Amino acid sequence: MKAMLAILLTAMITENFVLAKFLGICPFLGVSKKVNTAFGMSAAVIFVMALSTAVTYPINLLLGEKYAYLQTIVFILVIAALVQLVEIILKKYMKPLYNSLGIYLPLITTNCAVLGVVLLNIDKGYDFAHSMVNSVGAGIGFMIAMLMFAGVRDRLEDCDIPKNLRGLPSTLIAASLVSLSFLGFQGIVDGIFGG
Amino acid sequence: MAEKKSLGKEFTKGLLIENPVLRLVLGTCPTLATSTSMVNAIGMGISASIVLVLSNIVISALRKVIPQKVRIPAYVVIIASFVTIVQMLVKAFVPALDKTLGIYLPLIVVNCIILGRAEAFAGKNPVIASAVDGLGMGIGFTAALFCMSLIRESLGAGTMFADAQNILSLFGDNVLNGFNGINLFENAVHLQPMTLFILPAGGFFVFGLLIALANKLSAKKGLPKAELHGCEHCPMASNCSKLAEGKEEATV
Repeated sequence: MKAMLAILLTAMITENFVLAKFLGICPFLGVSKKVNTAFGMSAAVIFVMALSTAVTYPINLLLGEKYAYLQTIVFILVIAALVQLVEIILKKYMKPLYNSLGIYLPLITTNCAVLGVVLLNIDKGYDFAHSMVNSVGAGIGFMIAMLMFAGVRDRLEDCDIPKNLRGLPSTLIAASLVSLSFLGFQGIVDGIFGG
Repeated sequence: MAEKKSLGKEFTKGLLIENPVLRLVLGTCPTLATSTSMVNAIGMGISASIVLVLSNIVISALRKVIPQKVRIPAYVVIIASFVTIVQMLVKAFVPALDKTLGIYLPLIVVNCIILGRAEAFAGKNPVIASAVDGLGMGIGFTAALFCMSLIRESLGAGTMFADAQNILSLFGDNVLNGFNGINLFENAVHLQPMTLFILPAGGFFVFGLLIALANKLSAKKGLPKAELHGCEHCPMASNCSKLAEGKEEATV
């Protein structure tokens, strides 16, 4: 249990996917302009991350050492097909959920955060439960970063920014400051759990 | 002659005017993640360029065979195959690089530069032009990564080309007299490198400033400034417009 909590906190905060590992930068910069959009997007990311981890874990066991080189190609196809399937199911049977999450699903298919978390779980040699915890933690971390950044960008709108820094550059510099604030959490997990 | 001229244009546009990283803002994830050291950046740039050129060639050769509706999955399969090949080659010949790049090597498969070029160029143009486009874009990507890693490594770690043998070992033992990087702070007793620059925060910061510089230079030439084209160059363009229909902003 202790190990699980440590993995969860590490994935959420100290090794935040966006701010420390640079995975999923595109949606982080692109869909973080409004808080509600950011929320919908990150909820969809948590969902897809958990789902693809659950599905790719047995597939990876099936591939084993011998076919480990097929990981990349198999995983990307499985994730893409899965997301498509989920989108169709949601559209047909759960319209309200589709309206709030569904539109983000296709965007996430080719998102490096999702493939990244799956590969990372294998890289770290986690078992099924730990993999799931890590994926959900990474997803929640993504959400924290997105929501925080949406708030920061709200403030940025009113600032008087030098001409050449307007738009993307100032957004990136703001992201740098948000990432800097997350540095403050370094070592917190080891501190709590006596790692 | 006209043919030759346009090929030259396809090549050079990737270097400056349509630099994938600094002008089109594609492939931000690997750019930020692997630019902590120059050797990593060069390794990443070359690996991605190889995949880009090869997948551009194959996709453009098959452009009349692949049905329009399933083109994205088809592109992904082609790209993933080449990524797997490159991954195996790197593992076999430059194992040290494979270790430092880690999961970012297989993640080339979701690098938007490659899928973006497949969608925007290779799917519509003949083979040779696509290969040249891929090469130009690949070199542009590598050059941008190189600039970023040069700033980040020299300021953040105080070294240049540290662990160069990771890549040079490909050409045999002790190439260039065992050159393994320069330590810029060797004789500076009281100076310390600013670690911030190799931390993630420094990555965002340097990237922001480089884009600002690129914007300034392109404004002089009357070009529009770099924006995150949520839609235009993104292979998922059709879905972005969905976002737009829902009255949501998908671009910066």
